[in-house]
Amino acid sequence: MQPEDRERTAGGLTRRRFLQAGVAGLTGLALSSVNGWLKQAAAQLPPGSYNPQLQLSFPVEPGASLRILRWSQFVSTDQPEYERMAQQFTRRTGVPVRLEYEAWPDVQPKAAAAANVGAGPDIVLGFFDEPHLWPDKLVPVTDLAEYLGRKYGGWFPVAPQYGYSNQVGQWIGVPIGAPGSCLNYRMSWVKEAGFDPDPASFPKTTDEFLRLCRALKTRGHPTGFALGKAVGDANTWCHWLLWTFGAHAVAPDSKTITLNTPETVNALEYGRQLFETMIPGVAGWLDPNNNRAFLAGEVALTNNGISIYFAAKNDFPEIAADMNHAVYPQGSAGRPTELHLFSQAYVFKYTKYPNAAKEFLRFMMEDPQYPRWINAMLGYVSHPLRVFNNLAVWRSDPKAVPFRDAVARMLPHSYQGTPGPKSARALSEFVIVDMVADALTGRRSVREAILAAEARLKRIYEA
Amino acid sequence: MAGIEVTAPARATRPADLIGRILENRHALGVLMVTPALLILAIFLAYPFGLGVWLGFTNATIGQAGHFVGLGNFRYLLGDSVFRLVVLNTTLYAAAAVVCKLLLGLLLALLVNREFRGKRIVRAIMLLPWIVPTSLSALVFYWIYDPTFSVITWTLRRIGLAHGFINYLGDPNLARASLIAANIWRGIPFFAIGLLAGLQTVSTTLYEAAEIDGAGPWQKFWFVTWPLLLPLTVVVTVFSTIMTVGDFQLIWIITRGGPANATHLFGTLAYQRAIQGGFIGEGAAISAFVLPVLVAAVLVSFHYLRRE
Repeated sequence: MQPEDRERTAGGLTRRRFLQAGVAGLTGLALSSVNGWLKQAAAQLPPGSYNPQLQLSFPVEPGASLRILRWSQFVSTDQPEYERMAQQFTRRTGVPVRLEYEAWPDVQPKAAAAANVGAGPDIVLGFFDEPHLWPDKLVPVTDLAEYLGRKYGGWFPVAPQYGYSNQVGQWIGVPIGAPGSCLNYRMSWVKEAGFDPDPASFPKTTDEFLRLCRALKTRGHPTGFALGKAVGDANTWCHWLLWTFGAHAVAPDSKTITLNTPETVNALEYGRQLFETMIPGVAGWLDPNNNRAFLAGEVALTNNGISIYFAAKNDFPEIAADMNHAVYPQGSAGRPTELHLFSQAYVFKYTKYPNAAKEFLRFMMEDPQYPRWINAMLGYVSHPLRVFNNLAVWRSDPKAVPFRDAVARMLPHSYQGTPGPKSARALSEFVIVDMVADALTGRRSVREAILAAEARLKRIYEA
Repeated sequence: MAGIEVTAPARATRPADLIGRILENRHALGVLMVTPALLILAIFLAYPFGLGVWLGFTNATIGQAGHFVGLGNFRYLLGDSVFRLVVLNTTLYAAAAVVCKLLLGLLLALLVNREFRGKRIVRAIMLLPWIVPTSLSALVFYWIYDPTFSVITWTLRRIGLAHGFINYLGDPNLARASLIAANIWRGIPFFAIGLLAGLQTVSTTLYEAAEIDGAGPWQKFWFVTWPLLLPLTVVVTVFSTIMTVGDFQLIWIITRGGPANATHLFGTLAYQRAIQGGFIGEGAAISAFVLPVLVAAVLVSFHYLRRE
């Protein structure tokens, strides 16, 4: 084994790794409290739906070793905990695990290359449609997915939509969870605007929400929602906007484009009113912009994961104390219609150790490992299995609670169709974001924006 | 080489002698010496290039090899409003950036070609934008153009010239202009250094002769410097055009092609569609569209290189 390999092997704690962990900040401190939560969490899983008597394990191939490609951490407590769990897996099974990290938008190109050449990581933790881009190149994981569902109270509805492939007739991905997106707001400014800053009383309807945004704006505290090519922030809020007015891009057949409807017009007209409350410049915002603007006090309200709060707790305690999170309001659709960055793990068929790979995923998704990991991430990733509603992290900080049910509230980005190469393409080309941006900024009329997006979607879905 | 063996006398059949003969033969030796370079070119340049062009004629996606679809991708792209916008963007980006880089680079070269104290240091500093990794300078520009934290906006507001925020990357035309400015900043040294090298080869006797004939500074430039510098200028311009048309890093880091595709170039759109969207065939076709333009550019530069 090469020294570099040893450096990256999860089985050994090297001096450099130890130092890295130290440099990462208050990691150790956070983790020691996580251990306490873990014990509580395990004790408090609801007995009705949790079936601990169910057991499954995959016979690991002799001499197996695993290479795993996953997204790099959003919060500094993620990777150390994940690596700790991987080490534990190695100790139990004797399977060495090598972890590789990529910034989350770069996982797909890497996985694509691996799929194309038939060599690379055994397991990939990726996002959205990825498994559906190469379903026939993946090891079916139906047994594992069904086992996890039965044991942990069932998957939320969106999980099988992402994990199951109609083409193959099998589960091809194991849902990991979703970094949730919520409304981030400054409590004092919301109060100043005449609204109750408590998340429970936060506007529940789009009309009331607009009133809040206008009141904030007139008091010199604009809102800010990304309209540039922000893979996370722009996609999440633009899809919510579309869906919450009952509009959708495609019919359940994943062929017929259904964008050109009065509902879409309503969504965009509403968006235009909302746009008037936004800070100038949102049309060019990428993912980091709203974090910076919020932390600088330039905007009172934006949509984001828990990362702003996390950064604020470390560096801007006064903002952390004054901010809170709320779920997106609902429009005429009358139900939650949110989009979050859904992550799932998949195993390539070229792996020599499919059982070891499945055993690894099983181990990581089971209690107590999975709760420990989610707790360590302090709410950045929401769970896809119902039983984990009761994790310590969701009770430790009330400000994290709105993120708890992100997976329960979400729709797949391919809504109303099913995930696959076409919805992947529509998402990667920002068709919906561009339509919303065009209409809101006035570059195109609402009608023209819809027609342009419709033409684009038709080409994608009917190609 | 077969001919060598046939004509060789009997004693040449000894291996050592045969090798000696081959090495002494000018043609055989030439082929032998060039082979490694040719192999490298074939494996690392010709093969990927050929594969790229071929993929443009297929409907390959990630995970599936696809099959030949003729000009299907190209026909589709010609009818695609985003692609047509990209053609426009790239033309504007390359034309505006290259012209500005040429003018400013030439000016800079003329300036530093004079004698002054600290000439060497200034020449070294001049290269900095070119040396700094593009991704790093792109990040700096990303901050400079930040709608909320832009140092330009901050300065303008401080001195009272602006009141609101400036939407550098949110407005399509402003975003294009911002990226062109960043590209110019990065590309000036390439022109300046290239042209400076050309300026230094111009013999001073020509200027002296021109002065005796009563030529002023402008006439000296127009009738002496410019004609002698022209072939090099053309070559430098062509190279810069190729690099500007193929730009990726600046765009990808600062705008990712936004807002609403206003700053997408061939490279970024091809990446988005082929790698992120999974349609390798179409992405390859987008890249292949630049080929005729670049081939023409290369031919022009060859023409001038030969004349030189």
